[in-house]
Amino acid sequence: MNLLRVRNLRTEFNTDQGRLKAVQGISFDLAEGEVLGVVGESGSGKSVAAASIMRMVPQPPGRVTADELLFDKTPLLDISEAEARDIRGSKIAMVFQDPMRSLNPVLTIGHQLIEVLRRHQNMTKQAARRRSIELLEMVGIPLAERRMAAYPHQLSGGMRQRVMMAIAVSCHPRLLIADEATTALDVTIQAQIIELVKKLQHDLGTAVIWISHDLGVVAGMCDRVNVMYAGRIVETGKVDDVFDQPSHGYTLGLMSSTPRVDGTSADRLTPIEGMPPSLAEEIRLCPFLPRCRVAVPACSDVPPPTREIGSPDHRSACHADLRSHWRVPA
Amino acid sequence: MSASDTRLGSTLPAATPRAPGTVELSFRQFTRNRVALAGLICLTVICILVATAPLLAPYNPAQISLSSKLQPPSWAHLLGTDYFGRDILSRMLYGGRLSLTVGMLVVLFALSFGVPIGLVSGFIGGRLDNIIMRLMDAFLTFPPLLLAIAVVGLLGPSIQNVVLALGLVQIPVLARMVRGSTLAAREEVYVRAATALGAGPLRVMFSNILRNIVSPIVVQMTIVFSAAVVAEASLSFLGLGAPPPTPSWGRDLSDARNYLGQAPWMFLSPAIVIMLCVLSINFIGDGVRDSLDPRSWRINRNARREEEVPE
Repeated sequence: MNLLRVRNLRTEFNTDQGRLKAVQGISFDLAEGEVLGVVGESGSGKSVAAASIMRMVPQPPGRVTADELLFDKTPLLDISEAEARDIRGSKIAMVFQDPMRSLNPVLTIGHQLIEVLRRHQNMTKQAARRRSIELLEMVGIPLAERRMAAYPHQLSGGMRQRVMMAIAVSCHPRLLIADEATTALDVTIQAQIIELVKKLQHDLGTAVIWISHDLGVVAGMCDRVNVMYAGRIVETGKVDDVFDQPSHGYTLGLMSSTPRVDGTSADRLTPIEGMPPSLAEEIRLCPFLPRCRVAVPACSDVPPPTREIGSPDHRSACHADLRSHWRVPA
Repeated sequence: MSASDTRLGSTLPAATPRAPGTVELSFRQFTRNRVALAGLICLTVICILVATAPLLAPYNPAQISLSSKLQPPSWAHLLGTDYFGRDILSRMLYGGRLSLTVGMLVVLFALSFGVPIGLVSGFIGGRLDNIIMRLMDAFLTFPPLLLAIAVVGLLGPSIQNVVLALGLVQIPVLARMVRGSTLAAREEVYVRAATALGAGPLRVMFSNILRNIVSPIVVQMTIVFSAAVVAEASLSFLGLGAPPPTPSWGRDLSDARNYLGQAPWMFLSPAIVIMLCVLSINFIGDGVRDSLDPRSWRINRNARREEEVPE
């Protein structure tokens, strides 16, 4: 039984420039305890998809539809706002990109932790306080008890992100969505936060959706990965399969524009030329076609069908045969 | 030391005192702010003097004595007398009753309507926001004094109606300002984060947004107060405030205009009390604002700020 089942999720915004289709029919499953990476450049719909699952897209101007959006047997799009609030923070939690601004600056971190615990778990103040201290210790904050009285501005960025993690996992969520959770942090702190998420995921069995620009991080911590472009999932599969045998022009482009530690050192990075398409346009063919380096004649004729690459898990919507680019031959 | 040791405050009372709460910290911070404290003391003294006016005032404030008109300050009349020979000190003491009451009530009235209107309008947004703000704009197009005159003229001159009129004039100003701050605060990441953690709209509005826009509100409050004291004078001057024998700082100030060169003490006394009140309220406002914002707290020498703990 999958924890999360998404079928044909669409999110649109009515704006002055017309209808922006931020998410254009994505489908995926997430198993209990699985770590799913979502990669893609800015504006590819990663964050909007996450917000749609959290029921946090303001409607109007937004509009979220799906054939199916099941979380733990709950149809997320059909429940009331009050029910959605009960799920947010308790069963699904989210961590945002900017830890410097994710905490309310005028309340102590203890207050903010206790508030969430009491909101979702009906704890007494004392119990919530004890639990909060445990949580802060769990995420590796020294002198946790004294930190309870600290205000966000008294902590560094890494510390604040740890606090956010503590708040996010405080009610044992089944699913944790990390939206660029380490992007604003420097590399060493980033590594620590990643270790922390791995540990929490391992200890608590939480499923994670890890949204990131950073292919390296995704490769290191995720089980599966969705590559998103222009509001669609263009390639999906096990992390190793996708990165060893990239089967979509966009995935290939992303990989050749990312430096590798183990890579063939002399290679220069190849940027992806051009800009992503406007979300207001109706695109019938492959949305990546104008920027694609490996396009074949069929690309200009018919929209690419989704096909399996090697295993049923690994699917891609691309006409081109990229086997010659694979690092690990099939 | 393990966590369970430190958690039990009773076993180590000296080493781990109970962490003071936000209210306590805010209060401590306020009292550490000398200027704010001075403002509080000054205003309290003025309030006490005004409240005990019948005991302190040497003369009846409405007592006309043409033989001793326009006298400069002397031992008989500490602050001098006005054109009708009325004792200015007594008038100041009694006049504060009206002026301070009107000022405070107007602030209270404007706050209790302006803040919720602005908060809801900015937070909910969309069509409701549009309707509310156009309504406020319509109010703002009237010159404030004219609007107040219209209200008092319609309802009849009385202190309640003066408060109502002056408060009404300030509501759109406050509402617009609160709405603006709300719009900015609403987009903060911590507001999104609070929503993502299951906070409902009320909690987001009060615990996240209102707490973070206190400082502009407090500043506006002090402005509203001083404007109200002066505007009450204008209304009195036009015969729309309390009827003439009732002493009021504002009216005494406007009466003194005609004797600026002849009897400057007539003008100085009300001007200085009004200024003292406005300044005190301003200082108190600043103090309250700072004490509500932990980011501006000064470092206490005894408990040094623990910042940037090494990762």
